[in-house]
Amino acid sequence: MPETVRPLVLSVNGAPIAVQPGTTVAAAVLMAGAATRISIAGEPRAPLCGMGICFECRVTIDGVPHQRSCQILCRSGMQIDTGSSKAGEDYASWRRA
Amino acid sequence: MSSTADVVVLGAGIVGAACARECAARGLKTLVVDSGFVGCGATAAGMGHIVVMDDSSAQLALTRYAQQLWLALSPELPPEVEFEPCGTLWVADDAEEMEEVRRKHALYASAGIGSEILDAHALAEAEPQLRRPLAGALLVPSDAVLYPPAAAAFLMRAAMQAGALLLAPQKVLSAEKGCVRLASGEELHAARIVNACGAESVALLPELPIRKRKGHLVITDRYPGFIRRQLVELGYLRSAHAVAADSVAFNVQPRRTGQVLIGSSREFGAEDATIHRALLGAMVARAQQYLPRLADLHAIRVWTGFRAATPDKLPLIGPWPKDDSLFLATGHEGLGITTSLATAKLLVALLLGEDPPIPAEPYLPARFLSGSAQEDGVFAHAPEQSHA
Repeated sequence: MPETVRPLVLSVNGAPIAVQPGTTVAAAVLMAGAATRISIAGEPRAPLCGMGICFECRVTIDGVPHQRSCQILCRSGMQIDTGSSKAGEDYASWRRA
Repeated sequence: MSSTADVVVLGAGIVGAACARECAARGLKTLVVDSGFVGCGATAAGMGHIVVMDDSSAQLALTRYAQQLWLALSPELPPEVEFEPCGTLWVADDAEEMEEVRRKHALYASAGIGSEILDAHALAEAEPQLRRPLAGALLVPSDAVLYPPAAAAFLMRAAMQAGALLLAPQKVLSAEKGCVRLASGEELHAARIVNACGAESVALLPELPIRKRKGHLVITDRYPGFIRRQLVELGYLRSAHAVAADSVAFNVQPRRTGQVLIGSSREFGAEDATIHRALLGAMVARAQQYLPRLADLHAIRVWTGFRAATPDKLPLIGPWPKDDSLFLATGHEGLGITTSLATAKLLVALLLGEDPPIPAEPYLPARFLSGSAQEDGVFAHAPEQSHA
């Protein structure tokens, strides 16, 4: 019987989620069914390169914006906010107006 | 091959585009020539701060008039111009600079420009990211920001809708005595030629008293709400007559996208667009003295551009006395975005022999042909200004 590893509990957009240690924040966000960021044109985005180059996976972690979630491992108690660029949303609706 | 027109405007930056729009609106057959594309020079490199400045009464008159024109035009500006009437906060570091705040407040009031004095507490409330303590600030609510290349494109479209033609990219070999010769071999004939080539104006008219003054800008990722107003230091006063040719000043702007645009630097004698790392470092350090948490923000791009600086910090608008066909609309240094619309009004009044909307004398190119302008000496003693 495999040894059970204690999961980490963190939150994505306020909802708790349990993940295995070693899980990246990008994976946790995908497991939670969220997009990572909102583009300047208002489009939801998700990780593309998975190696810290494309910057599509940026999320806000514990209040610090623009963190590359594919390069950061989950820690217990992390507060992750996605689609955090309110400016992107405002900007998109304003461009459409 | 040759074409004829009433006016040929050289340069499709924001000044050339504004002049073309005004010429075409007045029914003049207008050709515009640019070596690149619309707004590709200093227009694309600048901050886009629509600001009233008062280094001299002539500068105040021109920027005040220009600001009114922008406010009047703002309902017509398309969304991509990102016109945002966010106002300017002139930030005072100490009691001495608060004296300057009060002087500015009184001067603006006498010119009919509303402004408000903020004390240290009010300033901290208005801009929580600013370092504390600061002495206070002057808020000029009628100042604004916009995205200059989009504004230039809008003005050029308006010119073309009114009948102007744009020839670009086309390199100009010479422009004199009513004839513009292009590298393509074509000749354009017009009674009036307007040189609106900014820092490149001297390529066609080497005796113009214009020098390139290089600047750096940095833009960050999106941090909506980090700052709310355009923030500019008043501290340049104490270093106004500094001998050093290179200078930096705190001048930071919130963009509609949530990005933060960080300036400014001024540098004479630099001809290439390479990033000057030491000066860039000094510029960012200066900004961090006012906004300590800038250090936490991600910069995504750094670039440089060239202002067209004149010895007396006023643009050259009007006829060039040595050639009856030649008019100038250049030398705007850091105020070309602001003063483009006013420049166009003045220029067209002078082209058509009408009364200008504000007195034109301070900006007439003839002032540099009176024999008193020892170019290098005047430049060496010109006061610094903090605006980008």
